[in-house]
Amino acid sequence: MSEYTVTARRTAKSRARSYGGRRPAWKTVILSAVMYVIAFVFVFPYIEMVLTSFRTDKTLLAPTVLPTAWSFSAYTTFFQTTLFGSLGISLIIAFGATAVVFLVATPAAYYAARYKFKGRIAFLILVLVTQMVQPASMLIGIYVQYKTLGGLNAVWALILVNAGFNMAFAVWILTAYFGSIPKELEEAAQVQGCSRIGAIWRVTLPLAGPGVITALIFTFIAAWNEFLTALTLISSPGKQPLPVTINSFMGAYGTDWQHLFSASVIATIPVIVLFALIEGKVVGGLTAGSIK
Amino acid sequence: MWVGPAVLLIAFVVLWPIVTMFKTAFQKISPYGVTEGPAGWSNFTQLTHLPVFGLVLVNTLVWVVVIVVVTMVLSLGLAQLFNLRFPGRKFTRWALIAPWAASVLMTGIVFKWMLTTGSGLLLMVGHWLGLVSSVSHANPLGQAATSMPWMIAVAVFVSLPFSTYAILAGLTGIPSDIYEAAAVDGASRWKRYWSVTLPLLRPAIVVATLINIMNVFNSFPIIWAMTQGAPNNSTATTTVYMYILKQTNLGQSAALSVVNFVIVIILAVFFLRVSGWKAGQD
Repeated sequence: MSEYTVTARRTAKSRARSYGGRRPAWKTVILSAVMYVIAFVFVFPYIEMVLTSFRTDKTLLAPTVLPTAWSFSAYTTFFQTTLFGSLGISLIIAFGATAVVFLVATPAAYYAARYKFKGRIAFLILVLVTQMVQPASMLIGIYVQYKTLGGLNAVWALILVNAGFNMAFAVWILTAYFGSIPKELEEAAQVQGCSRIGAIWRVTLPLAGPGVITALIFTFIAAWNEFLTALTLISSPGKQPLPVTINSFMGAYGTDWQHLFSASVIATIPVIVLFALIEGKVVGGLTAGSIK
Repeated sequence: MWVGPAVLLIAFVVLWPIVTMFKTAFQKISPYGVTEGPAGWSNFTQLTHLPVFGLVLVNTLVWVVVIVVVTMVLSLGLAQLFNLRFPGRKFTRWALIAPWAASVLMTGIVFKWMLTTGSGLLLMVGHWLGLVSSVSHANPLGQAATSMPWMIAVAVFVSLPFSTYAILAGLTGIPSDIYEAAAVDGASRWKRYWSVTLPLLRPAIVVATLINIMNVFNSFPIIWAMTQGAPNNSTATTTVYMYILKQTNLGQSAALSVVNFVIVIILAVFFLRVSGWKAGQD
């Protein structure tokens, strides 16, 4: 699977070269122009999001493409809104879920990559099932569970839900990376006086670095963007993560669009940049479980 | 144990709510959330007798089929284009990521904003193109006949990046000498695509389609951001309606949750079958 990413990218390059080599220049120009238009279509809602956040109260609903007057007040007053506290809650949930996934998925993936233990297949199928069923398909069960456990309005509930439902991706990516690292490297480290755990920590984990980073960023983004479970479990306004608070800004009593959009920009743009860093490995992780 | 914590996490976060959901579906629960004893199958029978039940099922079917089919057809084309070599390929591929990485809720909200009566950007563009007669009167999210197509378009928009990337990964795995052989045999460009590329893309297409079906079936934020199922649940899918029902009748909502879950499990088993997942093979 990990070799898949490398070889796939290499063949991508060599094939691309042989493919369009004899295309006339004007065709390349037209193709390139068309592709830029397509690219624009995919980013324009986010451009509009940024532009709207700079509009002033008076020009908010003016039918112009660009704001006629620009204002940064949606950002400078952001700290005074409930959105600011929600940003902190979202960060805690996203970091918490990422930490749980790291602590839980790493040993499991390592073990699954190194040993053909009894129940290994059952474990991998269980992981695959968690990837396919989403919180939405058992929402009422989740609600009743945390209601019984006193987890409504609690950050730990969302940390666990996000960790549990996103662990599969980390397991696939990490199993592939660990599997591609020769056992002999660890054994050599152990000969040199490292403990078993020390060898994994100092040798295997750093070698699996790109996989680990991909898994962590992916989990972070998924937990950061999660909406439905948060909406279901957290009803008290001061405890809601960012997406839920942003959603509640679209109230019936007139929407505070500028703050809504400044919050959306803060919630969206960094995540797009983070995602771009791991883009090459995400498809592999999402489809890995199913194309064994 | 190395695998222990992972199994515990799955048991607590995934298996526990499944059991709870089934238990709740067979209980009578008052609007205030008080459990009043066993209900047998009454939650399910009452659910099927609700006037909107049929409508919600039809909406869900249309929602899933239209979005997945349109997404797959468009992403086959897009992947083909992005696989060509042209200046700016890296940059344009990067732009394609945006709707995938961004929260679906935020994307839904921006589209709602761009369809705002009086000032929405998409309405203004539609007006310039002669499609919208009056920006200040158009209200596309006001009735199901226009809001459903818009929400379906947004769902396709956010589903395209993953599908396109999945098919691109499949495309780049096809060795180029196969094409050269086909070209030597005198196969036309279209013939080559139809009889060489598509069959070789089959695994990528199957996996992308099924992952899309799962995602689209369970999708909630787009509809919640844009119409909340309004007016009168006419734009609700089962997932949205389940959330709406939760506020008034937890038992019936759990019953609908069970129905949803069973559909997802059937899809999942189908998924494993079709993609040829064989336990011993990895």
